[in-house]
Amino acid sequence: MSATLYGLLGAALVGIGLFGLLVRPSHLLRILSFNLLGGGVFLVFGAVARRGAGAGLPGDPVPQALVLTGIVVAFAATALAVMLLLRLSAESAKRPDPS
Amino acid sequence: MNSAVSLAPTPWGLLPVLAVMLPVAGMVAALPLGARGAERLTFALLPVGLLIAIGTAAATYASGAPLVHLLGHWAPPLGLAFRADGLATAMLLTAAIVIGATALYARAEFGTPPGTPERREALSFWSLLLAVWGAINLAVVADDLFTLYVALELLTFAAMPLACLDGKRETLEAALRYLMFALLGSVLYLLGVALLYGAYGTLDIVLLAQRARAAPATVVAAALMTAGLLAKTALLPLHLWLPPAHAGAPAAASAVLSALVVKGSFVLVVRLWFGVMPGLPAPAAAQVLAALGAAAIILGSAAALAQARLKLLVAYSTVAQIGYLFLMFPLMTAAIASAEDAARAWTGGVLQAVSHAFAKAAMFLAVGLMAKGLGHDRIADLGGAGRAMPLCLLTFGLAGLSLMGVPPSGGFAAKWLLLTSAIEAGQWWWALVILGGGLLTGTYVYRVLAVALTQGNGDTAAVAEPKGQAWVALALALLSVVLGFLPLGAFGLVQIGRLDLAIGGAP
Amino acid sequence: MTGLLADLLIGAAILALAAGTVTARSAFTATAFFIAYGLLLALAWVRLGAVDIALTEAAISAGLSGLLLLGAASRLAACPVAEERAPGPVLKALIGLCCAAVSAAVGYAILSLPEPAPSLAEEAMAHLSVTALGNPVAGVLMSYRALDTLLEAAVVVLAVIGVWSLAPAGGWGGVPGPIHPRIEQGPLALLARLLPPIGIVVAFHILWVGSYAPGGKFQAAAILAAMWLLAWLAGLATPPRISSRRLRLAISAGTGLFLAIGMFGVLAEGAFLAYPPALTKALMLAVEFALAGSIAVALALLVMGPPEPEDRA
Repeated sequence: MSATLYGLLGAALVGIGLFGLLVRPSHLLRILSFNLLGGGVFLVFGAVARRGAGAGLPGDPVPQALVLTGIVVAFAATALAVMLLLRLSAESAKRPDPS
Repeated sequence: MNSAVSLAPTPWGLLPVLAVMLPVAGMVAALPLGARGAERLTFALLPVGLLIAIGTAAATYASGAPLVHLLGHWAPPLGLAFRADGLATAMLLTAAIVIGATALYARAEFGTPPGTPERREALSFWSLLLAVWGAINLAVVADDLFTLYVALELLTFAAMPLACLDGKRETLEAALRYLMFALLGSVLYLLGVALLYGAYGTLDIVLLAQRARAAPATVVAAALMTAGLLAKTALLPLHLWLPPAHAGAPAAASAVLSALVVKGSFVLVVRLWFGVMPGLPAPAAAQVLAALGAAAIILGSAAALAQARLKLLVAYSTVAQIGYLFLMFPLMTAAIASAEDAARAWTGGVLQAVSHAFAKAAMFLAVGLMAKGLGHDRIADLGGAGRAMPLCLLTFGLAGLSLMGVPPSGGFAAKWLLLTSAIEAGQWWWALVILGGGLLTGTYVYRVLAVALTQGNGDTAAVAEPKGQAWVALALALLSVVLGFLPLGAFGLVQIGRLDLAIGGAP
Repeated sequence: MTGLLADLLIGAAILALAAGTVTARSAFTATAFFIAYGLLLALAWVRLGAVDIALTEAAISAGLSGLLLLGAASRLAACPVAEERAPGPVLKALIGLCCAAVSAAVGYAILSLPEPAPSLAEEAMAHLSVTALGNPVAGVLMSYRALDTLLEAAVVVLAVIGVWSLAPAGGWGGVPGPIHPRIEQGPLALLARLLPPIGIVVAFHILWVGSYAPGGKFQAAAILAAMWLLAWLAGLATPPRISSRRLRLAISAGTGLFLAIGMFGVLAEGAFLAYPPALTKALMLAVEFALAGSIAVALALLVMGPPEPEDRA
């Protein structure tokens, strides 16, 4: 029951994150939206893991391990995106936008 | 058991593991070694990597079956496997050659002479080059959809900084847009992976090929993953990030980005459609993919024709050439009855990926030299370039022949295979697109050559062509042409281990 | 029944915070919402029986990402970037519909997943004794799918290279990130002096119990990184220059050791990443500790950012 509930929550977060990523003009908000989206995807993994509970475990350890790996990779992606954005802001300050 | 679907370890299975791990180890070691050490390490690894790729191809060809290695002896679904089939070996060879040529070329720009302090560009370039190499090799030999996700991310994280290595504002903007597209693409892919695991309890491609059914979860997963991968492959209309990112990078980086990085996600689309779900023919969806490809060929070529800057022209040409790759999809699904047509379309698609890699790397390297020598890359002002930089112009022309599909060249063989397969399958409209694309390509290549071969206003006399670098570019262009001389029998290699034959073709 | 109610409440709160994040006017508000979202998500993971993930989510997604994004929000406020063009109302509505359709399709796919669910739980438990580990998630990470963990460690190293490659002209080789003046008073100064010793002990505990209970190198690394960052923010710890050979070795050592042990598996057992049975426990512990250290350094460096020009005021 809770597995399906959190799975559906994940699906909803995917939509919200996707929306933010596509419509927010601010780069930082897009990066945040990407993280919301990622959280939704991980919850879908979580729901899948929970559904696969068995052998005395509260969930299937394989998708759980995938989420752990995924969180670290998503953090690395966020850091790269943020640092690129900050560098861009420093460059823009040096030479203001002609338009 | 059919050898294509066997996951039993094979004798030479360690080769694909080494093909991935050596560049990755090189990237990890690059940091403490510093720029000069990283450069020397790269040159030490290049011949080894090339030998490994050749060995993988030879072993695959000799045994007629994919090479398989089970990591840590754990068999899928619990464990992970590497599986080098014909497609993988073709890409391993391509990557080793393109990376090698790029490294030779890049030494002039990113080399660190002894006794000079480390530069940012140098350390970044060599370590990122090794990262791209390891990532592309991983993307073609890994047999697990999540490992492939990590491969995609490695590829993106290496490609993004390469695109903005010069640190200018325009390239930083292009890199940021690229990164956002790529991250969206991989997160959609990952969502599909979650659904597939939920439906089948495995992420191994060979096992999925046998288990996948046309259930809702499969369809939604396939749609999400395809969409995500197309964003990373820059298939029109998701191509907008590519031209500024590829054109703004240093020439050596552009070559790797256009030749290899976009091919990684393309190989994954192929694995998904003809590996994970070969039993699920989706003729309508395949037609849509090819229609996008056709639009990319026509619009991309037309956009290339309209560019005033040479580097952007070459980048738009990549958008168009990526389109050809997707023409194989309906020909593979329509032709399930005719194994011969499917085989031809498959070989055509793979050959297009390989020949474009050589031709486009050559073109970017040559154009980079021209831009540097002349101090600009405005097409209208290229007059005199032919006399000042003959090797570069020859490279551009030869690579152009292959992109156009003029015989005899690798590009011709690829397009001919796709074209005949389309006619045989009764889908003549793709043949028209191939011909039209060839004409447009011819026009934009001619446009550059025509201007460059004029006298110009004479201020190119002092321009010297760096011979060593120019020969490297020319060698790649020649390679893309020579591919067309290979007897068709040699392409039997790329057919090895095709899962759609083993599963979809079975009664 | 109370369980369901709790799940519903947590779910509704997460949804509200997510909606708040994407609709917030300022980047600061959005980031604050996002951090709260990450913390509640950790609660959701506890409810899903995944304490390993809950720890990671709280430490990395809410903690380190939050720190990174808050820092970025404040620097961007001082020095804004040209934004992407915002879509018009019609296009926005269309995109909204498409996103809702994606959510609906994914939701439908989840509801249609087969019953009983396919699972590798049985298999993972059946072979757990071979892996010398008591925590099945650790078994997956260190043994069955050790390759993924190795590659992920490589991703982190690559990310540091990528971030450093963004260093502006004149900064190469210098101290990473902005320099923080030493803070002697206030809550941050207090926290930065009190927390690190406790954090380090907690991190070692989590690392140590990870082989048989929830925890492990990622969680430990995130806590260690957070402690270093705390001291850095309070001006108590200046990170080494990025030209420092020792710093670079510290980043690469964990992944390098893991790769070497993987190759040792080829020689000893005939497969990459196969551990000889007699040495399994020892090798795994070595990898766990080395990776925890290296990832901690790398995660902190990712938050600090590339070195900045030396001539700044």
